[in-house]
Amino acid sequence: MQPKNIIQKIWEQHVVHQEEGKPDLLYIDLHLVHEVTSPQAFEGLRLNGRKVRRPDLTYATMDHNVPTRERNIINDPISKKQIDTLGENCQEFGVTLADINHPDNGIVHVIGPELGLTQPGKTIVCGDSHTSTHGAFGALAFGIGTSEVEHVLATQTLWQAKPKTLNIKVNGKLGTGVTAKDLILAIIAKFGVKFGTGHVIEYTGEAIREMTMEERMTVCNMSIEGGARAGLISPDETTVEYLRGRKYVPQGEAFEESAARWKALASDDGAAYDMVLEIDASEVEPQVTWGTNPGMCIPVTANVPSPENTEKSSEKDEIKRALEYMGLEAGQPITSVKIDNVFIGSCTNSRLSDLQKAAEVIRGKQVAPSVKAIVVPGSFSVKLAAEKEGLDQVFKDAGFEWRESGCSMCLGMNDDIIPSGERCASTSNRNFEGRQGKGARTHLVSPEMAAAAAIAGHFVDVRKFTAQEVM
Amino acid sequence: MEPLRIHQGLVCPLDRSNVDTDQIIPKQFLKRIERSGFGQFLFYNWRFDDDGNPRPDFPLNAPEYNGASILVAGENFGCGSSREHAPWAIQDFGFKIIIAPSYADIFKNNCVKNGILAIQATEEQVQTILKKAETTEGYSLTVNLEEQVVSDNEGFDIHFDIAPYPKEMLLNGWDEIGVTLKYEDKIKEYEQAHA
Repeated sequence: MQPKNIIQKIWEQHVVHQEEGKPDLLYIDLHLVHEVTSPQAFEGLRLNGRKVRRPDLTYATMDHNVPTRERNIINDPISKKQIDTLGENCQEFGVTLADINHPDNGIVHVIGPELGLTQPGKTIVCGDSHTSTHGAFGALAFGIGTSEVEHVLATQTLWQAKPKTLNIKVNGKLGTGVTAKDLILAIIAKFGVKFGTGHVIEYTGEAIREMTMEERMTVCNMSIEGGARAGLISPDETTVEYLRGRKYVPQGEAFEESAARWKALASDDGAAYDMVLEIDASEVEPQVTWGTNPGMCIPVTANVPSPENTEKSSEKDEIKRALEYMGLEAGQPITSVKIDNVFIGSCTNSRLSDLQKAAEVIRGKQVAPSVKAIVVPGSFSVKLAAEKEGLDQVFKDAGFEWRESGCSMCLGMNDDIIPSGERCASTSNRNFEGRQGKGARTHLVSPEMAAAAAIAGHFVDVRKFTAQEVM
Repeated sequence: MEPLRIHQGLVCPLDRSNVDTDQIIPKQFLKRIERSGFGQFLFYNWRFDDDGNPRPDFPLNAPEYNGASILVAGENFGCGSSREHAPWAIQDFGFKIIIAPSYADIFKNNCVKNGILAIQATEEQVQTILKKAETTEGYSLTVNLEEQVVSDNEGFDIHFDIAPYPKEMLLNGWDEIGVTLKYEDKIKEYEQAHA
């Protein structure tokens, strides 16, 4: 038999209908729902007298608007309305909801894996582009718009053109102090913000195999920032062990059966892809974005680029505009850039291991006086686990604010907004203009790099970070 | 959804690449639970200054592009967030057609669902249109979806590609869920086989 990659395998298993001149009609195994991209979809169902076809395959949470100081005090009436509307819709249509006070609540892309809803081989969609996160488990997971949310609610299917497949081979090992976040930022910096358009990525290679599930989630999460529809990793023993015992996975003997099936999904040796890209993990350094898209990214050892370094006039304009927005000088070392805020959180980097690694960097140190730093765990469960280890105290002792979980400052739909002109070292996924607040200047980094910057007051190479060097 | 066959309209140039959906519609406007009324917030941070006054140098504010229904932009248009509020805002503002060298996948899908035609032209063709729109007063284009042709009255005439399925959806203005529900038996069959 012709060797197949995992993307082809999952696809073939989910085709409901195929005909010439049409995309395939694909079955969806898990539909995750949140408050921002669903109200118009439920309204559409109501207007047409339609039901949710498979409430048992649909799971809702509230995350984007959730306040991180006092969860139940939503000052903005429109935010509150959106939260309340999801509650009403879930009740009316019989959809399971982890509401604001539910112990399973959290960022949709954090709780899916945590609860074991996310499983290898599933097709997973959500009205959210970072749905690619779930690909870490060897699921085909992608973001959709609200019309498609409505379509999945009504039919449990989607018309999808077969994507091209792209293998990103990550050869070698990541160095000490270099993280999964640095790897994915380096990939986007190297290949650009649209290299993945029309493709589903499979990440392969030694560095990927050695990663924990949480690290793999960070990598897959940002596939969309490279333009890819989805990004995934073939399941292995690491995947299976992460899922064992979780709330929604089969238990006992049934789990072993599932595990065997999951591992068989891994890409066959010699499977072909439409495109193959390679990167040497050992050459990746800690990364910092300097501009207004995730591809505008440099190693911490480098200087901010100059428009003169490029020949294409549209790129020159883009760099000029980005430098102006970011308030940076071409050629200045990125380590000379002073920061005002630090945000550790988001569906990219808010899991327990992210908080543990950041806490290690700051333990016993103090946040620079000019810096306001917050930690927003990805879910209730992450928050509790971190508190059990005393991480909250480590952060608080250092001068961080320890907040409730949610999407928070990644996009500032709640009250967590960066004031205009201020600069933030952020562990989130997008540094677009105005993303964290109108006029806010976002630099994407790993949790370790964010923690080190919080202490130093400017970007520093976390590999050389010691108290002495900060002084 | 309104069917789209032939459309003639004024062209508004937006000579920027990698326009992300956070720019098309900033997050503070995503809280509404309706589908309508997003046009007033389109490109909000680019259109208005900190005091809420229109920035005169932004093309959508220029009187000569007032009433434009064709938006022409640089590559990778609509990247980033999956928010369908972006095409809702574009449509509500009055645009029916977008022309760019490339689009982000989710955004392009979202356009079809709302009856917006996102035409993929070459970089060179887009540059030509941008230049004409910037220099010719009242520059307009005619888009014929059936024939897959974009033309002006100065001899500019290009063919564009579009997959058969989105073309059919746009031409007919179909409700996709209604179409899919015709495959109810197939869906049931699949569910039974995978129960």
